[in-house]
Amino acid sequence: MGSRASTLLREEEIEEIKKETGFSHSQITRLYSRFTSLDKGENGTLSREDFQRIPELAINPLGDRIINAFFPEGEDQVNFRGFMRTLAHFRPIEDNEKNKNASTNEPLNSRTNKLLFAFRLYDLDRDDKISRDELLQVLRMMVGVNISDEQLGSIADRTIQEADTNGDNSISFNEFIKVLEKVDVEQKMSIRFLH
Amino acid sequence: MAALWTLLFCLVWPACLALTPPAELPQPHNLPPVLGMNSSDGSPSVDVPMALRVFSMDYHHVQAPFEIVLWIMLASLAKLGFHWSGRVPAVVPESCLLIMVGLLVGGVIYGVRHSAPPTLSADAFFLFLLPPIVLDAGYFLPGRLFFENLGTILWYAVLGTLWNVLGIGLSLYGVCLLAQNSLGDVSLLHCLLFGSLIAAVDPVAVLSVFQEMHVNDQLHILVFGESLLNDAVTVVLYKLFESFLRLPTVSGLDVLLGGCRVVVVGLGGLFVGLFFGLLAALTSRFTSRAQVIAPLFVFLYSYLSYLTSEMLHLSGIMAIVTCAVTMKQYVEANVSERSNTSIQYFLKMWSSVSETLIFIFLGVSTIQDVHMWSWPFVCSTLLLCLIWRASGVLLLTAVVNKLRRNAVTFRDQFIIAYGGLRGAICFSLVFLIDDFPKKRLFITTTIVVILFTVFVQGMTIKPLVELLDVKRKKRALPTVSEEIHSRLIDYLLAGIEDVVGYWGQHYWKDKFEQFNRKYLRRFLIREDHQARSSILRVYQELERREQRGDEETPPLVDPRSHSRPLLPGEMDSIRRILSRNLQSFNNKTPAYSRHTLNQDANKDRMRKPLHRHQSLGERYTFTQQAEDGEFSGSGRPRKGLSRSHTVCSISPRPVFQETSVSPASAQTAETPNSSSTSREDPVSVQNQTTVGGAPRKHLSFVLENEEK
Repeated sequence: MGSRASTLLREEEIEEIKKETGFSHSQITRLYSRFTSLDKGENGTLSREDFQRIPELAINPLGDRIINAFFPEGEDQVNFRGFMRTLAHFRPIEDNEKNKNASTNEPLNSRTNKLLFAFRLYDLDRDDKISRDELLQVLRMMVGVNISDEQLGSIADRTIQEADTNGDNSISFNEFIKVLEKVDVEQKMSIRFLH
Repeated sequence: MAALWTLLFCLVWPACLALTPPAELPQPHNLPPVLGMNSSDGSPSVDVPMALRVFSMDYHHVQAPFEIVLWIMLASLAKLGFHWSGRVPAVVPESCLLIMVGLLVGGVIYGVRHSAPPTLSADAFFLFLLPPIVLDAGYFLPGRLFFENLGTILWYAVLGTLWNVLGIGLSLYGVCLLAQNSLGDVSLLHCLLFGSLIAAVDPVAVLSVFQEMHVNDQLHILVFGESLLNDAVTVVLYKLFESFLRLPTVSGLDVLLGGCRVVVVGLGGLFVGLFFGLLAALTSRFTSRAQVIAPLFVFLYSYLSYLTSEMLHLSGIMAIVTCAVTMKQYVEANVSERSNTSIQYFLKMWSSVSETLIFIFLGVSTIQDVHMWSWPFVCSTLLLCLIWRASGVLLLTAVVNKLRRNAVTFRDQFIIAYGGLRGAICFSLVFLIDDFPKKRLFITTTIVVILFTVFVQGMTIKPLVELLDVKRKKRALPTVSEEIHSRLIDYLLAGIEDVVGYWGQHYWKDKFEQFNRKYLRRFLIREDHQARSSILRVYQELERREQRGDEETPPLVDPRSHSRPLLPGEMDSIRRILSRNLQSFNNKTPAYSRHTLNQDANKDRMRKPLHRHQSLGERYTFTQQAEDGEFSGSGRPRKGLSRSHTVCSISPRPVFQETSVSPASAQTAETPNSSSTSREDPVSVQNQTTVGGAPRKHLSFVLENEEK
């Protein structure tokens, strides 16, 4: 499988992905073999069913939304570039990247972009605001059936109250960033992609 | 404050004089004039009395407990005095001051008696003084942080200790070879034995110093976890070298067996702890009818696990820590809130007393006439301890940083190396060595090292932490938002790890959580307490604190909330807060006996259907619980209230009995099949009969929350 993978992926593509995402050569080839093993239809793209075949993902409460995050707006297939682009968010921030100022084009795994990824898990309609309903939906998924709607509602209200600074009863992205400023997002939202 | 000091003085002085070495047999002594007691005849009466004695004293009868209590009293008063002494606590850590008090007391005793004051016997230390501290540490261990860093902690604990022991032992032997004339009779094995006991970082000392420092959580857990887990290695090496000393020859096989023994001791301790932890969790499931003794099980099982593993020569510390970590979540879910508070308070209290006693005894035991001094040995030990620890930490961290997500910075490494304090464990171990000519030298050196680390390192580490600007702990409480979003990120990461096919931390954590939810929690937690979510817990905790007006609660961000019209949600929570407060006000009972303890009157009642209480004059809404499907695990018929029962106003006011009884359901969980809605007559009839009885019975309305 390894040899087949490397022949299907051209060097220029690897270079481009490297530049865009920051992964190393070996990481890219390894992830490509994972991509092809998921791609049961062998057409070079993944569909939603391919993701749903992963057993643990099926029981993850947020499984559907995570799968959704891989697919660009309105599309049903994701190619390897898109796959890597999504995964790039979870690359750990290297020490030498830490001091990049925000004026240059931010790498995909910057703190802001990581937070944006998490934000988009809530904000399905992409209006850049987490409304109370969207929050309730996610809460319900995470907390399970053991809590009444009323309680969940109060929790959602409290969450919004803690974050909301402009009084519009929803959480904007900036408010989201502010609430999580004490949380070590760079560390929490990183996976060690083995070489 | 002056009053406190005079009190201390008046108690300490006679107490010192009263105390004799506990190891010796009680001797008749004439104390009363010193103790200031007015008795005509102080000594135990031996003569046949002529007339009936109006006043007599018999000290022998109570000697042992009396002395123990006096020691504990001394320790506690010293601790009190310490905290009242102005600016001193900011500069000097508590452990130092306690040792100084011990030194003083020891000096006084020595001066008066001209013989050595009582020393800390190894048995008393290991069997009575150490377990409470370790149990407290294990119970309050931040579980998640600990397991995330477990690899690094084990790396430091096992390899670091080995490195230190071998390094110190071998270099000391080198020193002994160099100083042949004075130290020639110290063999290699002795040096290694000494190395094994002096290299170990002591959890007690580390805890007492670090807890006043508030460094960042990761650093704290690394140092602290290491000090806990290195017990396995230390115990094995110590016993190994000791048995080698007794053997005529040492072969390579013995060394190999020694290595296996480390694994056995560590894992054995772990399994013993797991076993007792699960047993404790299971027992706590059934304590609903005897809530008063529920905390006792926590202590009993933990202590049992410690004693069992000590009996089997396994690592007692690992056992007790594992036991505490295992049983904590299940016990907390099963047991009432009051019992939880009792458990926590007792743990804190006992560990505090233990720690104080240990440090005082360390001070007292320093005053002895068994000291043997040797400049080269002592100085080189001190130096070698520092050098080997620093080099060990540097090397190990360099390796482990490549594998960690979050590198350990140089500053953190410095604090880890500098925070390797030695304490009472080394002290007790050195006393247990078989006698040989240079044993007194070892004892002296150990005491010097302990005093040095506690005083010099303990006092300077706090300014160093500030000087080096080590990352400190975040003080704020977690907000509900943080909890929720962190949870989201956890699920997200678990999902991404699944996609990538990487079995990382989140994968295993997720797997464990599933196993926990499916099997362990079902089995170990009371059926009606099973549904709990950490988000809900945090939320309830915050609500509770807000009610109490706690300043530390994170403020709600919106500053204009008073001008904005209240949303229905806010109205609800406000109403709930009000109702809860009012209900708790009315639930104040004048007295209760331990047989009819009113349970958890102030617990969260968000799930409670609130009934009409004409007696209270309040109109609450009866919220129909829509969670019949909730506890699908149980097969009991659920109607209306099902498992939730309210506390009614428990006042023994006879006027309200008739009216208040009918709305409230007063059933215990043992009547499952009764349709327990309050409005049904059989219930009220039943209640009326009980109500007519003694007021005691009236108080036995059991409040059971579905979730807490």
